[in-house]
Amino acid sequence: MINLPPAFIYIIGALLIPLVRVRRLQQAIALLIPILAMITLWQMPQGVYWQMRFLDYDLILGRVDKLSLLFAYIFVIISFIGMLYAIHIKEMGQHVAAYLYVGSTLGVVFAGDLFSLFFFWEIMAAASVFLIWYNKTEASLKAGFRYALVHLFGGAILLGGIVMQVSNTGSILFNPFDLSTLAAKFILFGFLINAAVPPLHAWLPDAYPEGTITGSVFMTAFTTKSAVYVLARSFAGTEILIWLGAIMALYGVIYAVIEKDIRRLLSYHIVSQVGYMVCAVGIGTEMALNGAGAHAFCHILYKAVLFMGMGAVIQMTGRRNILDLKGRHLYKKMPLTLGLYMVGAFSISAVPLFNGFVSKTMIVAAAGSSHLPIIEIMLHLASVGTFLSVGLKLPWGVWFGKPDGSEDEIAEAKEPPLNMQLGMGIGALLCIITGIFPETLYKLLPYKVEFHPYTPNHIVASLQLLVLTLAGFWIYRDKLMAGEKSISLDTDWFYRVFGRAVLNFCLYPLNRFRDLVQSAFVSRTRTIASLSKHPYALLELFWYTLSGERKTMAELLQRPYDEKDYRLPVGIGVCASLIFLFIYALVYMRVAS
Amino acid sequence: MMAQILALFVLGFIFPNPHPHFWWQKIPAFDIFFGFLVSILLIVFAKWLAHNWLLKDKDYYNHD
Repeated sequence: MINLPPAFIYIIGALLIPLVRVRRLQQAIALLIPILAMITLWQMPQGVYWQMRFLDYDLILGRVDKLSLLFAYIFVIISFIGMLYAIHIKEMGQHVAAYLYVGSTLGVVFAGDLFSLFFFWEIMAAASVFLIWYNKTEASLKAGFRYALVHLFGGAILLGGIVMQVSNTGSILFNPFDLSTLAAKFILFGFLINAAVPPLHAWLPDAYPEGTITGSVFMTAFTTKSAVYVLARSFAGTEILIWLGAIMALYGVIYAVIEKDIRRLLSYHIVSQVGYMVCAVGIGTEMALNGAGAHAFCHILYKAVLFMGMGAVIQMTGRRNILDLKGRHLYKKMPLTLGLYMVGAFSISAVPLFNGFVSKTMIVAAAGSSHLPIIEIMLHLASVGTFLSVGLKLPWGVWFGKPDGSEDEIAEAKEPPLNMQLGMGIGALLCIITGIFPETLYKLLPYKVEFHPYTPNHIVASLQLLVLTLAGFWIYRDKLMAGEKSISLDTDWFYRVFGRAVLNFCLYPLNRFRDLVQSAFVSRTRTIASLSKHPYALLELFWYTLSGERKTMAELLQRPYDEKDYRLPVGIGVCASLIFLFIYALVYMRVAS
Repeated sequence: MMAQILALFVLGFIFPNPHPHFWWQKIPAFDIFFGFLVSILLIVFAKWLAHNWLLKDKDYYNHD
């Protein structure tokens, strides 16, 4: 239909939206863009095309295969759902930022060379930061700056890697890297920052809870999952990723048990879930890579539903902390939101018939068939924590919870606007469809699938795990809900506290030292400068020193220069010239003979 | 809830793992014990970590 890379459909569309003055038309265009992109995706044949010549290199904007199409499909689907959820927003800048963000992510997905990859990678960071800043609070402004700095740092590292790679190999093709080279290590580091791998992850739980209600829904989908895509594309089978991924899965889970801010809790579960994908990419077998792709697909859907549900709660109640929501019987006022949220919660917890079950079990099974016992146990452990926090603690704290008498009523809360309900509804429906009919998803995966999630053993084992997690939760439910509002330390401490200490060191001790050095130089320079007004002072100093009289330079300089003091008779000059001439003549004759 | 747990326990014996890779996958109803133990351990460990190290006053980063 249109021979235009999907990235440009979004980018051109994003620039078009503010030019239209009629609001209905703006909304129509915003919803039409993903549909147009989806049609384009359907018609894109596999292969390599959309090549452009740039500075003696071939840029490839269309490297299309099953892996890139899988990610592109889900990115386009979620952009539609996210935009539907956000369509009531009048501030067009938010839609523009969101679509620049989506477009650049699609650019990353179809990039066949490192230059265009880097180009879109940077737009992604620049566009997404506005989804944080549009929240217009002081906290979001600061969090946005930290987010931008981390991603610019990551981008710079990535660029460094790309430059080394290109100068080493002479090729800008984006293909699997050899990790023994320094270039590949830099590139991997850049990718790992976007994948939010600890200790490089703190930007995610720092920034996502501070984004706008609707903007954060977009953010949950694109940055980390595009990083999973590039890792799967270029670092599949890298052993260190297995361990990093498994640690990630547990790290997020432990923090989520502590966390009380509802979107920050969900953010830690992004870290945890992306851990499964990174681990699968590290395992690198066909089954594991299928699992990584399938889990990215499912994760994007259910995580959007979860963020939309919690976003609706924040929007309708103005509260974002479990401690402000528990015991207020919100389930009576927002039952639909609760129901749709629970679909997302059951999906992330891998309850049978929901989509997490068909993708997460694939990764755990891949760890099993690759004989990685510790990894299998770690991922299993993380599954328990996922249901505990997202499936039990969060809905219990937000919609139910035991009142202790101190609660204020949330009178104003009701279900969110229709478009937000529709967005959540479509997301939840897709979670269920892919959960009940996994073949719809499996046929999109890069390799042939020989995995059957719905065996009696799988189902029974999952239910055992879930029901007993529920039992554990029930025993400790009040302990989990208790506490004061507080923050949990994470690795952002290093740039927030230690970074400030470095800044203070530069501002005070280091600056004082600079002052010291500068003033020392300035005073010497001043002496030399004043000498130019009174050049004889140096001679006089020399004279006084010879004659044993103690005088300082400053004393001598105090007396202004007076020409008459130093004027000598003409005869001395003539005499000196004659002596000089005589010596010259002597030397000349000596040399000549 | 006890009835459900009991039923799942029995089902664990009826449907054992057909392709166990590790020894614990051969134990029938392993996930019953695993789920219960791990959920409690996780809560206790995370709470311990929070109280002893991670949790700070909400103005922690705002001190200048």
